[in-house]
Amino acid sequence: MEIFGIPTALLGSQLLVGLINGSFYAILSLGLAIIFGLLNIINFCHGAQYMMGAFVAWIALTRFGINYWVALIGAPLIVGVVGVLIERLMLRRLYKLDHLYGLLLTFGLALIIEGIFRDQFGISGESYEVPEALTGGVNLGFMFLPIYRGWVIVASLIVCFGTWYMIERTKLGAYLRAGTENSQMVQALGINVPLLITFTYGYGVALAAFAGVLAAPIFQVNPLMGSNLIIVVFAVVVIGGMGSIMGSILTGLGLGLVEGMTKVFYPEASSVVVFVIMVIVLLVRPAGLFGKS
Amino acid sequence: MTSAFAPQPEFLRLTRLHAFYGESHILHGIDLSVAKGECVTLLGRNGAGRTTTLKAIMGMVGRRTGSIMLNGNEVINVPTHKIARHGVGYCPEERAIFASLSAEENLTLAPIVATGGMSVEELYEMFPNLKERRNSPGSKLSGGEQQMLAMARILRTGAKLLLLDEITEGLAPVIVKKLGEVITELKQRGFTIIMVEQNFRFAAPLADRHYVLEHGEILATISREELPGKMDWLHRTLGV
Repeated sequence: MEIFGIPTALLGSQLLVGLINGSFYAILSLGLAIIFGLLNIINFCHGAQYMMGAFVAWIALTRFGINYWVALIGAPLIVGVVGVLIERLMLRRLYKLDHLYGLLLTFGLALIIEGIFRDQFGISGESYEVPEALTGGVNLGFMFLPIYRGWVIVASLIVCFGTWYMIERTKLGAYLRAGTENSQMVQALGINVPLLITFTYGYGVALAAFAGVLAAPIFQVNPLMGSNLIIVVFAVVVIGGMGSIMGSILTGLGLGLVEGMTKVFYPEASSVVVFVIMVIVLLVRPAGLFGKS
Repeated sequence: MTSAFAPQPEFLRLTRLHAFYGESHILHGIDLSVAKGECVTLLGRNGAGRTTTLKAIMGMVGRRTGSIMLNGNEVINVPTHKIARHGVGYCPEERAIFASLSAEENLTLAPIVATGGMSVEELYEMFPNLKERRNSPGSKLSGGEQQMLAMARILRTGAKLLLLDEITEGLAPVIVKKLGEVITELKQRGFTIIMVEQNFRFAAPLADRHYVLEHGEILATISREELPGKMDWLHRTLGV
């Protein structure tokens, strides 16, 4: 069976690849959006923190025999604590300065973190086995769906929409939204904004690490895995609108699908289609598709 | 009015308070005190340091020196959120209603800092407009509704000292009248109030005492009883 002259199996598999990439874009851009919203920091070491999540899971398994499920919770917590330390010891000094300083600091941190991991583990990459419960696949008729990939999509949707719910429907989320608008006034109402900022950065970093653990069995665990991905994720954030929570999620998933479809219909453009869209969005709607100008 | 009879315990005392924005020295040694249940105003021309005095009390300026005693506690080096937790409610000139939150989310955002705060239902009774607009985003409220919300959200927390900055600015006379009634009721309930106000006709009947500021210093203190005799001087000084 064919659609537009393309076999449905090929179309389906590329849709799946697009959806998986979109899931990673969504989690990572969500973390970036949350951090930018409250801290006004463009967290350029987000890719390195994603990589750290994957490595923590790999180290936990290979050196300590800690399984995937424990790592899925534990690695984001560990990397999140590293994020808290970065915020407390370094980023806190930059809040009153221009965005550029935060970007430069986190860019430097990304290079240092990647350098340390490259020195320790090389760049050949390490493999991480798919957990036993998620091996195998399901024949959907028009395509074969590996169970682990389906799990990645489900897990990322749960985390993304859970985060959206937390921000839009809870008291903590109201603090975050209010703090994004006017953190000084939030503090004048008796809310501990410095603690809120630390929590937010730690949570954003933990999201990156969570994506890293999800990615470990699909991609090679490699010190450069984050830097390859993060440029696309920044483009996703720009397209969605800096600081927009739902914009990050929907744009991440949508652009993953667009990328996947481009691979089918015009493969030569698949690696640049996201950036073409970013340029068009910046020209037509600089605040992004979901951002407020 | 309470101050005219038995002296009330002091709620706030500023002693030689200096405040700075970066290199700019704004307050030059402010000394004032406010007793529990008193309502005082800070009067002065634009740039006299009235808003900065309120912000300095809240710890919202760059640097402060001197002393700020709240209920007998020194708070000059205390961070802003802890000052609020000493029972201080701040209503800024720009109202600072959060656009992305609904009116009710704005109302219930601040944590309860002390017992005795007004319930949401009491506040809706005091400001019926807010009840009708409870689900509207903050950005869709009128100026008057935003002002009522900015007042209401600090009354819910249990704050006993209210710092009100230009609450009548840009509002229709009917809303100003309503705010005057609210301040009168708050005084009866025993709130301590410091108002920065350009609308002298609004502030004069409400206040027990007036502090006149110029160039970041207290130029004069005028009690309610002294006010009629000082009106000419006050008009000349304030340029009203």
